[in-house]
Amino acid sequence: MSRAARFAPLALLFAVIVALVWRLATPVDTNVHSAMEGKPVPEFTLPAALPSKPALGSTDLASGQPHLVNVFASWCVPCVTEVKVLQTLKDSGVRVDGIAIRDRADDLAAFLARNGDPYERIGSDAQSEVQIALGSSGVPESFVVDGKGVIRYQHIGAIERSDVPMILAKLEAAR
Amino acid sequence: MMFCSAALADSNLPAAYWSNRQLPDPKQEARAQALMEQLRCLVCQGQSIADSDAELAGDMRDLVRRRIAAGEEPSAIRTWLIQRYGTWISYKPTAEPAAWPLWLAPLALLLIGAWLVRRRIRLRKR
Repeated sequence: MSRAARFAPLALLFAVIVALVWRLATPVDTNVHSAMEGKPVPEFTLPAALPSKPALGSTDLASGQPHLVNVFASWCVPCVTEVKVLQTLKDSGVRVDGIAIRDRADDLAAFLARNGDPYERIGSDAQSEVQIALGSSGVPESFVVDGKGVIRYQHIGAIERSDVPMILAKLEAAR
Repeated sequence: MMFCSAALADSNLPAAYWSNRQLPDPKQEARAQALMEQLRCLVCQGQSIADSDAELAGDMRDLVRRRIAAGEEPSAIRTWLIQRYGTWISYKPTAEPAAWPLWLAPLALLLIGAWLVRRRIRLRKR
């Protein structure tokens, strides 16, 4: 066997170790990203989730101003802290609309009373239909929709305080 | 980044009507079932929506059954879902460049195997 060939198994072992260490350092992103970025919001009308709040439809999102559509639920644990961040965004002038996934009016009312209510409108999506139509695969997720109703950015996971400048920049870009 | 997958928390609402009910027409149910077995559950990503217990999978089964009952073709439903989530949601391999290693791998492995045993393959001339 030639000298080089004798080192082949060792080289192969080295390559495998490098690959494993690299993948441990940069884990795979298992989130499924929506393919609807850049496309118009699909047509939908959702019933009002609460009697005290207006319902949400796709026509409301093509109002000429950018919107932040927050896909959330009262049973969603990270949404509890996200609501406070959304309140900060609302105080900066952002229009926040909500799509409540598989929620009941009384649970939702209790959730908003306890954690705060930044939403202008909340649509009730009891069978995840609009969630699927948007290409969202879990809660919470947020979509930046521009004034013409085109989805500009999908944020998977709760918006954290450190994300606020980025979200505001995306909303500015969507003007 | 905090993300609430259905494995961590479930809603209090019951499953959608067609999540766990078969369509009354057996032919339609067979087509729905065939499609559901080829769609990936986005929560438990190793399972199809036919197998998964996740609520989102249940809502997708409901969506598939309603559309098949309304007369839509399975391929149209698959395309619609791919428009939303990308090709990852469909188990059926596509012809796009990212999938070429999948198609070429058996041939490549066969050729590598043949090269490895090339000395034992002697074309005998008698």
